[in-house]
Amino acid sequence: MPEMKKTREGFGRALVELGRSNPDIVALVGDLSDSTMVSFFAKEFPERFIQMGVAEQNMMNTAAGLSLLGKIPFLSTYGAFATCRCLDQIRVTVCYSDLNVKIGGAHGGISVGPDGATHQAMEEISMLRALPRMKVIVPCDFEETRKATHAAAEVWGPVYIRFGRENVPVVTTPETPFEFGKGLQLREGGDVALIACGVMVYEALEAADSLANKGIEARVINLHTVKPIDREIILRAAEDCGAIVTAEEHQINGGLGGAVAEVVVRGNPVPMELVAVDDRFGQSGAPDELMAAFGLKSRDIVAAVDRVIKRKLARVF
Amino acid sequence: MTRQNPYKFNIDQLSKKALDIRRDIIAMLVEAKSGHTGGPLGFADVATALFFNELVYDPKNPKWPDRDMWFYSFGHVTPIHYSALAEAGFFPLKDLMKFRKFDGHLQGHPSNLDSPGIEVSSGSLGQGLSIAFGVAYGSRMDGHPRRAYALMSDGEQQEGSIWEAVMSAGHYKLDNLCAVIDYNDIQIDGRIEDIMGIAPLADKYRAFRWHVIEIDGHDFKQILAAFEEARATKGKPTVILARTIMGRPISFMNDNYEWHGKPPTKDQGEKALVELGTSLQEWSTHLLNN
Repeated sequence: MPEMKKTREGFGRALVELGRSNPDIVALVGDLSDSTMVSFFAKEFPERFIQMGVAEQNMMNTAAGLSLLGKIPFLSTYGAFATCRCLDQIRVTVCYSDLNVKIGGAHGGISVGPDGATHQAMEEISMLRALPRMKVIVPCDFEETRKATHAAAEVWGPVYIRFGRENVPVVTTPETPFEFGKGLQLREGGDVALIACGVMVYEALEAADSLANKGIEARVINLHTVKPIDREIILRAAEDCGAIVTAEEHQINGGLGGAVAEVVVRGNPVPMELVAVDDRFGQSGAPDELMAAFGLKSRDIVAAVDRVIKRKLARVF
Repeated sequence: MTRQNPYKFNIDQLSKKALDIRRDIIAMLVEAKSGHTGGPLGFADVATALFFNELVYDPKNPKWPDRDMWFYSFGHVTPIHYSALAEAGFFPLKDLMKFRKFDGHLQGHPSNLDSPGIEVSSGSLGQGLSIAFGVAYGSRMDGHPRRAYALMSDGEQQEGSIWEAVMSAGHYKLDNLCAVIDYNDIQIDGRIEDIMGIAPLADKYRAFRWHVIEIDGHDFKQILAAFEEARATKGKPTVILARTIMGRPISFMNDNYEWHGKPPTKDQGEKALVELGTSLQEWSTHLLNN
């Protein structure tokens, strides 16, 4: 069993670190201090913490107002509410005006578990990706969420960082490189490229192990920044491997898979398969049970690899 | 630099400036062949008082860190916003003649990245008060004397997001926040109370812990007194309900909701400008040369 840690804790810890080094950092929360782990920041910097209550639209534009004063506001609530509930504020006020607002989306994906569909953010990558100027980061573990949060503070403009509820496998260490906007190759391979984000990075690594047993060498790429997307690493993978499987804890419509496909079809069309939630809402259940039921386990990636390699060999694109 | 309005006009000067601004509105709309006429004319007196007596800013340095911040939450009234900005010196008057044009910088709804004097883009209703709340909250956090102004329409009070902001400003007792509502009782589809009633608006704001001032939005004495009272009010945000007449003072536009979202034709613009003591030719030339 790998070491397990919560990505949301990476967000909470990073906010405190940022608060210590930069007096412009402020944190806003929509009545979910503990769930988002913004409570760490609130405890250490009460004067820079703003409780916004259950009013996400107001929270988004309050952050916008704070950013006009040179502050770097991080607002946080469940990802489903931090985006869908106030998408118009994000579009018109934050993105169209190019304001320096950072959005922390907790409880991303089906692995939220028993809370069910309303609380399982699975559409926000797609929606936010459609907005000019928005940047989207989906880190894979505790350490990477910490780094992504620091990166968000450094990059100008609107940034969305997605993190999850549950303990998830530790994939990276404090020494693992993290560069905003650049994917990271975790495993070399030339038969197929697995491009994943969030908790699916671990599943992709697991899949690569079992594929190796079958004699298939899979390259694994952690594409933590979904927007701006790293075209270079994708096109190199297309060139070297000739087949790509994407994996994400998100609807199949317009998420990471769509983003990669947009690069591939224009740059080097190779067969692709998308491991994602197949256009349906989530439900209650245990996280692992749901990941399996919604086709988001390493075995689903392996099955997708089988399909994509058949297409590659048959040259059916 | 001292924190004060760069003009500090008296009532006579304000009346003259408001007349020029109304002329600007008509001329730019005729030229644009699209845009909103009634609301901008109705809000012209309040806006003139804001820019030429109340707001703290430096038109030559729009990003001056010690400035006040104002937000036209009802973005569609760009003709009054832009003409006041131009008259105040943020950009040349001739720019008004390229309102809504591809080769101008004045977008149909305000865009902060295109034009000076605009903090945040707007056009989708119900968003400005929350931004002003953030500015007021952050300014208080910094111990800065800046004031935040949210300028809203009455129809916009139908947006739920407004009430989130109203609630939070009352909760946090932000007395450096001043909201102004252009209360002309008209929205696109008709009379506010016929479409979706907002009355009793003063009581609603009071219930949300605000200080409420009700004025005639065409009486400069009342407008200036209201801003002064708002500044003197401590421990509560203030909302000024400015009763205005859409389209005022043009005879064929006065209080007529059909003038919400359309521009005057050339003939109508000529008639309106004659009523305002000039002509389309004369005022358009004036704008183009300044």
